[in-house]
Order: sequence, then C-alpha cells, then structure tokens
Amino acid sequence: MNRIKTNQKKDNLFQRLLRDIKRNWLLYVMILPVVVWFLIFCYRPMYGVLMAFKDYKVKLGIMGSPWVGLEHFKRFVNIPSFKNLIRNTLTLSIYSLVAGFPIPIIFALLLNYLRQPRLKKTVQMVSYAPFFISTVVICGMIAIFTAQDTGIFNTIRGWFGLESVDFMAKPEWFADIYVWSGIWQGMGWSSIIYISALSGVDYELHEAAIVDGATKVQRIIHVDLPSIKSTIVMLLILQMGSLMGVGFEKVYLLQNPLNTEASSVISTYVYSVGMINSDYGYSTAVGLFNSIINIILLVTANAIVKKLSDESLF
Amino acid sequence: MKSTYSGKLIKRSYSDKIFDIVNTMIMIMLLFIFAWPLWFVLIASFSDPNQVWLGNVVLWPKGITLDSYKALWEYKSIWTGYANTIFYTVVGTVFNLIITVCAAYPLSRKDFLPRKFFQWMFMFTMYFGGGLIPTYLVVSDLGLVNTRWAMIIPCAISVYNMLVVRNYFMNSIPPSLQEAATLDGANSVQYLIKIVLPLSKPVMAVIALYYAVGHWNDFYTALVYLYDEKLLPLQTFLRDMLMSSKMSLNNLSGMDAETIARKMQISQTLKYSAIIVSTVPVLCIYPFIQKYFVKGVMIGAVKG
Repeated sequence: MNRIKTNQKKDNLFQRLLRDIKRNWLLYVMILPVVVWFLIFCYRPMYGVLMAFKDYKVKLGIMGSPWVGLEHFKRFVNIPSFKNLIRNTLTLSIYSLVAGFPIPIIFALLLNYLRQPRLKKTVQMVSYAPFFISTVVICGMIAIFTAQDTGIFNTIRGWFGLESVDFMAKPEWFADIYVWSGIWQGMGWSSIIYISALSGVDYELHEAAIVDGATKVQRIIHVDLPSIKSTIVMLLILQMGSLMGVGFEKVYLLQNPLNTEASSVISTYVYSVGMINSDYGYSTAVGLFNSIINIILLVTANAIVKKLSDESLF
Repeated sequence: MKSTYSGKLIKRSYSDKIFDIVNTMIMIMLLFIFAWPLWFVLIASFSDPNQVWLGNVVLWPKGITLDSYKALWEYKSIWTGYANTIFYTVVGTVFNLIITVCAAYPLSRKDFLPRKFFQWMFMFTMYFGGGLIPTYLVVSDLGLVNTRWAMIIPCAISVYNMLVVRNYFMNSIPPSLQEAATLDGANSVQYLIKIVLPLSKPVMAVIALYYAVGHWNDFYTALVYLYDEKLLPLQTFLRDMLMSSKMSLNNLSGMDAETIARKMQISQTLKYSAIIVSTVPVLCIYPFIQKYFVKGVMIGAVKG
C-alpha cells in the first residue's frame, strides 16, 4: 500500500515535469545554458574541492590521486605563520566591521537632517564617486598620499613637527591604511540603503516627537534608529558572514616585502601557494578551511540575531 | 515670508541649532575629504612635475603643462591595455546581460515548475564556492587560460544582479500583460522580447552599468588567468605603473643626476595622468547615471 503511494507521487512529479516541459519548453531552452554554466563554473569546482583531501597530481586527476585525509589541514595549522595569517585576517576584518559598519549609518542619519538641500545633494553625489574607482587606482592613490617625501599625510605630520614616516613600509600602519581607505571608498555607497530606509520612516512619529519637545538628537535615537533597525540587522548579518573573507585584491595590491608581517592574510596565502608554488591540494585545503569558517560564522550570526530580534536572512 | 522664516528659527531649540551647525560643518569637511584626493590627482596631472615634487601643488595646478600626458602617450603598453579593456567591457557586458535575462526570466515565471529548484541551485553559489585552484583547473581544462575568453566566460553572471532583474520582472510588470500576449498567440520568447524587455529599460540600464564597471575595474581575473602581455587589461598595466617603481629605475646607468631626477619626476606625474585617463570614462558618465545606480541598490534591497 505504502509503496504504491510513493510510486504514485513520483509518477506525479515526473508527469508534471513532462507536462511543464511540453508547455514551457521555451523557458527550459532559455535556462539550459545558464544551468550548464553553473554546473561547469560553480559546481565542478565544488567537486574539485575533494583535492583538499588528496595528494593531487595533474596527471592522475582528482579521482586518481591518492587520499591523504586531513594531511593538508594539519600542515596548514602547523606552519609557523599560521597564527600570523589568522591574526591578520581577523584584525583586518574585525577592524573593518567595527569601524566601517556604523559610519555609513551615522552618515545617513546626519545627511537626513541636513538643512541645505543643495549641500545634501552635492555631498551625496561626491561621496558615491569613489565606489566606482578601481581597486588598483585606489591603491595607487594610497601609495601617492602616503609617500615618504611628498605624500599629504607626511606633509601634515610636518606641520606638527613630526618626522615623516614611510607608511607603506611599516607593518603597524597596514591595518589603518587598509580600513580607512576602505571607509573612504565605500561609506557613501553603503549609506544609500540607509538613506532609502530613512525616507520610509513615518513622519507622524517625528511630528509626535517634535510636539513632545524632542531635540534632533533624541529623534535620531528614539525615532529613526528603531525604524531602520531591521535594515541594520540584515546588513550586519551579511557582514558577519564575510568576517573571514578579507578581499584578496586590495590586500594583494598593498602588499610589499616590508609589510608582509601585517599584510599576509589567508586569501593571499591561498594565492601564493596555489598559483605561484602550484601546490594545488594544499592551497585548496586552506581555501576550504577559510570558507567553512565563513559559513559557520554566517549561520551563527543569523541564528543569534534571529533569537534576539526575529530578523533573519534565511 | 520673512516672518515665517524667523518663526521657524524661534521654534528650533538651542540644542537643535548647535546640532545643525555641527552637522553642516561635518558635511563640508566630508565633502572636502571625498573630493580633495580626486581633485589633487587631477591638478597634479596638469602641473609642472617639479612643483608637484616640491609639494607646492595643493589646491590649484601650478605651471600648467601637458608633459605627463605626452609621456603617457609614449607609454605604448597602456594603450594596448586600454583597447583590451574596452573589448572585455563591451563583449563581457553584452554576454552578461544575455545570460542574466536567460536566468532571470524563467525564474520570474510562477508557472515554471522547477523554479524553486534552480533558484536554490543558483543562490547556493553565493555562499559557497570551490575556491581559487579548483576553479582555475576547470578554466584551464577548458583551454581558456590565456585567451580573451578567460576574461568573459568565467564571469558570465552575478547571482545578485540576476535576482535584482528577477525581482523587477516579478514586481514591476503586471502579469495581466502575459495573459493578453498569450491570447494574441505570442510565445514566451516573443513576450519577453517585445513586452518585458522594453518595459524593463531602467533595470537593464542599472545592471548593464554594474557589469560594465565591474569589467572595467577587473584586475583579479587577469591576474589569475592571463599572462600574455598582448591580452592584459588596463588595470594590470596600471598596477605595474602605480604600485611598483620598476620603470622609474630602469636604465639609470649612464645618466647624470639631473636627468635621473627629471626622469623620476616625470614617472611620478605619469602616475597622475594614468589615473585620470583610466578613471575618466567611468567618472564622466557617472553624474548622468548616478540616479540609476541608486535605483539599482533600492531594487536589490527588496528581499528576494
């Protein structure tokens, strides 16, 4: 009896699919190349992740190469620079999050209360512009502005009688340079979503607050912030998920032999052992290690926030 | 008129007044912080290298010359890169748009049976991927490494952009249009091309611009997949120019100190003109398309 039932169900799904293919065949034709693309460029690499557990030899292929279990992971945990890599990755990402997350919110709130509409428009327009500049150019500009002899930062230090510093050659400055240039580039753009959320705040709430004699600062704290809470939470979860995912490009471009102590992160390590030393299996293992931590962070952040405030991504 | 204005002023409390003044000051300062670095690069590129070197160029260009642009003109490889980047941007964006619509339209149709399944399949890749080496090996097995296609095919679609387009198709195009089109005997493709796409011009413009800027600024793909100098994009040459002092230190032997100093100054201002020339196409169209970019962020913000 049971078996017949499940069979019927299967037949139904299959029949429904056949019927749908007959009716919507054009949609299937349309989506077919996309599905093939995802299978080749996204799902086949996921299968290739198996080489993290193998002593990968190009000649033998992924299936033919011998298993080594967790050997690559053990090796990674035991390299002398392991602690350094983790520390740098976490420093850059936590610093970026702590400094870079609230600033666009504050910026959007202040912009929202600006009384000069023309100034508001100008600030908005100019603040979005850096977002469209390529990482290469941003890093080139950083190099120009931090240069030891002519850079603006050293000129300013000169005004205060401080000796000039070769910022790019000093590991202790790396995190600051990385994070604050990132904020300069991204804060205008990240604020757009908050500005749009703020424009949706019910104005009656503000009127009520004004009648009660609330100042603007009080209105920000008691009216605006609670109203855009769900947007803030949603973006916070998303950013928590990429805590270990320090972008490769910018760190790679800012790296030089003098600052590697602070500028070697997991993603640059994956690149250098994989693409430069061609140590494929090991590089894949390190990358996998990183993305597993990322997923754990994303799911944890999502779960915590769900418990606290009933907001969630999935 | 005057009385209402002063009436407003009276209403504003003392602390609000301070808030407004501080706020205005912060905004003017921010405006300066955002604009000055870009402005400086622009004026430095037109200034006498010597003046830039001495730190005299701060707010206005000094000793206006086109020397650094002339030097850049002679720097041939950057123009190869420019041509390559234009090719990658144009072909890549067209390809992106086709693939994105091919994915977004079926997923926007509620009567498409495997819709949920495919959507899940595409979105999963936003959170997990094979990583650098497994992807590289796939591209390499297909024989794409060090060909122009390596810059285009592996970046065929961004799931985020696809979801933005799908949301637009679902929310901004009335489903009754489809019924009408079907009654008139149009099939899905005809309906898509004749009705949906013309109605979706704003979102298509946004997405096209997202993709185009992405291609224009792309450095990573070339770093991983290309090594032939003839194929490299602008960003790779820019990187060599901006981030290393390789070229300024070339062939220094056999020159007197003054020529060396002159050469180094030129190579310094060459950086400014290179930044301007490579960024101008993006920044020039930027004021006109700004409102579309903002719109794109809003559409994307609608929870998928």
